[in-house]
Amino acid sequence: MDNMGAQGCPIQFMSIRTMEQRSKYSTMRKNRNGNAAANVTRLEKALTGIAGFDEVTNGGVPKGRPTIVCGGPGCGKTMFGLEFLVRGATQYNEPGVLMTFEETSEEMTKNVASLGFDLKGLAARKKVVLEYVRIEPAEIQETGEYDLEGLFIRLEHAVDTIGAKRVVLDTIEAIFSGFSNTGMLRAEIRRLFRWLKDRGLTTVVTAEKGDGTLTRYGLEEYVSDCVIFLDHRTTDQISTRRLRVVKYRGASHVADEVPFLIDERGFSVLPSSSMKLNHAVTNERVSSGVKDLDDMLQGKGFYRGASVLVSGTAGAGKSSLAASFAERTCRDGKRCLYVAFEESAAQAMRNMRSIGIDLEKQVRKGLLRLEAWRPTQSGLEMHLLQIHKLVEQHKPAAVVIDPITNLMMNSTVELHAMLMRLIDFLKARQITGFFTALTQGRYKDVEQSDVAISSLIDTWIFLRDVELNGERNRCIYVLKSRGMAHSNQVREFVMSKDGIRLLPVYVGSGTLLTGSARLSQEARERAESMLQQQTKEEQRRVLEGKRKALDVQIAAMRSEFAQEEARVALVSEQGQQRERELSRDMVEMVSLRAGAQQGRSAGANGRMGEEHES
Amino acid sequence: MRARASAASKKANRNGHGRLVELRLYVAGQTPKSLAALANLKKICAEHLEGQYELHVIDLVKTPQLAQNDQILAIPTLVRKLPEPIRKIIGDLSDRNRVLVGLNLREAEAK
Repeated sequence: MDNMGAQGCPIQFMSIRTMEQRSKYSTMRKNRNGNAAANVTRLEKALTGIAGFDEVTNGGVPKGRPTIVCGGPGCGKTMFGLEFLVRGATQYNEPGVLMTFEETSEEMTKNVASLGFDLKGLAARKKVVLEYVRIEPAEIQETGEYDLEGLFIRLEHAVDTIGAKRVVLDTIEAIFSGFSNTGMLRAEIRRLFRWLKDRGLTTVVTAEKGDGTLTRYGLEEYVSDCVIFLDHRTTDQISTRRLRVVKYRGASHVADEVPFLIDERGFSVLPSSSMKLNHAVTNERVSSGVKDLDDMLQGKGFYRGASVLVSGTAGAGKSSLAASFAERTCRDGKRCLYVAFEESAAQAMRNMRSIGIDLEKQVRKGLLRLEAWRPTQSGLEMHLLQIHKLVEQHKPAAVVIDPITNLMMNSTVELHAMLMRLIDFLKARQITGFFTALTQGRYKDVEQSDVAISSLIDTWIFLRDVELNGERNRCIYVLKSRGMAHSNQVREFVMSKDGIRLLPVYVGSGTLLTGSARLSQEARERAESMLQQQTKEEQRRVLEGKRKALDVQIAAMRSEFAQEEARVALVSEQGQQRERELSRDMVEMVSLRAGAQQGRSAGANGRMGEEHES
Repeated sequence: MRARASAASKKANRNGHGRLVELRLYVAGQTPKSLAALANLKKICAEHLEGQYELHVIDLVKTPQLAQNDQILAIPTLVRKLPEPIRKIIGDLSDRNRVLVGLNLREAEAK
């Protein structure tokens, strides 16, 4: 206040204002005091709509107050301000005023048109007012006392025209180049910030970084609520943009530097990974794209939202497995994002076609998004951001990153941190993550080098080369798979033009056989079994012969028996016949005797009778 | 350009001089600085530009939309619209010499 009094401008000015205006000012004062009381309990925030920023700050910038966004040239402060303004106007129904001191309205409109922001259209719809303040020191002559009331009038007029809730001043410091009376300028800037606060305008003030200070002209002195520092630096020839919330009065915020990105869709800040492990889970299963692999995983495949790692040596078939999974996801009607760090999209499509995986069709359908870029293109966090953005755009059900190890520039620790962030991000959205990892060593070393990321992975599949008999063959096994009874088997991984198949390998006497060794083993087994078959046949034939012989014997005996029987029957018949004939002869004889000895009948009869009785 | 020339020549004929100085003084209400500026300006014009100038006083409190055209930031600002190039003099115009230099009147007198 002393400063202002010494300069004389604001206080004098106000005292001469009309009664009406004075009353307006005093109402503002009252409001401000009222607000101050409310602010003790809670600082209201205004969402900026800038991707990730609102998460980092737990809700955006302080509502109705100025926020300083500072940084070196080209750090993105103007972009921040612009997006804050445009998002406010389009998403939160908060019209805004953009007051630029360095770029004309036309230049600004053109600059942001490439980001898809239609400033002209917004201005026409009275959502945005562009106010270009040109300061040309060459044509200005100073004589005596002045103040910057003109700036206030213009700003107020712009704000009132559309009922603005947001203001961006880019870059207010430019006034220091136009006017020599710095004392007056400082007083005016102080007055400006107070005025913005009194009017309850959520404001972003951009400022150039100073030498050893946050802003060249110490603007942070005047804005005590929120200061954001943007940094654009290059390490190892890779540029990284970072944002830091230097100060945020009365609010918790992420104090770390967080990376951000400016691209054709604007500004996006990478939110840091969440500390809590509270992802929702599902029992839903998704196919791996290879039936035989699904069989190894309870016959159903991965859990949706799981993180899957396929590691293996070069040429072990990681990408093929990844492509197979991606293609299957799309065939199930879901979206998939495939990030390739080794091949261009076209090359990946061509190569996968050779094993019967048609990625191109899914790309054409819009289900598969195939993105390829060099891992050296940007820093690790930039990659992560890029993936974030792609996920936000494409909204996939699955994300494939092939291979994740290509991102490992310096240390595993860094990769670990990145992977953790990525997995957190994907899990929060229940997106299945499928990563491939190139391992350099062989056998035991292979698994040890990946221990660092093991804990992050739900299902870990291992592809391994087996060299035997002058051949390299691929083996696959499931190292771990959380929450399911998975197969413990090692299978042979075979790629053909019809896709991927997993075959059981021959395991015997402590070695496993694959490829031609397996084939020859199988042939041997076939020969053996054929031999066995033949033996069996032989035995069957012998038995059959025996049975036949037996049958013949039985038949012979039967016929013998029948003959005997017949003979016996004949004999008995003859006997009976003879008896019958005998008895008839007897009768005849009796009758003959009776005829010859009629006279002696009594005697004869008596004899006859005796004879008969005896 | 043509419009300016014709306007200037018309005025010039009326005033009997070869050139016309068109001035705008931007103020914001009746502030002491504004009042001082207006008083100082009137004095200077009466002494140096009698009959050769046109002065518009623009109160931005009443017509804020006019501030943009002449890129007014400081108050008070005196803008010399004609003759070109445009010159701006800010402050209460208390330094008469600087005002005269600013308006290019020193050179004019020297001629």
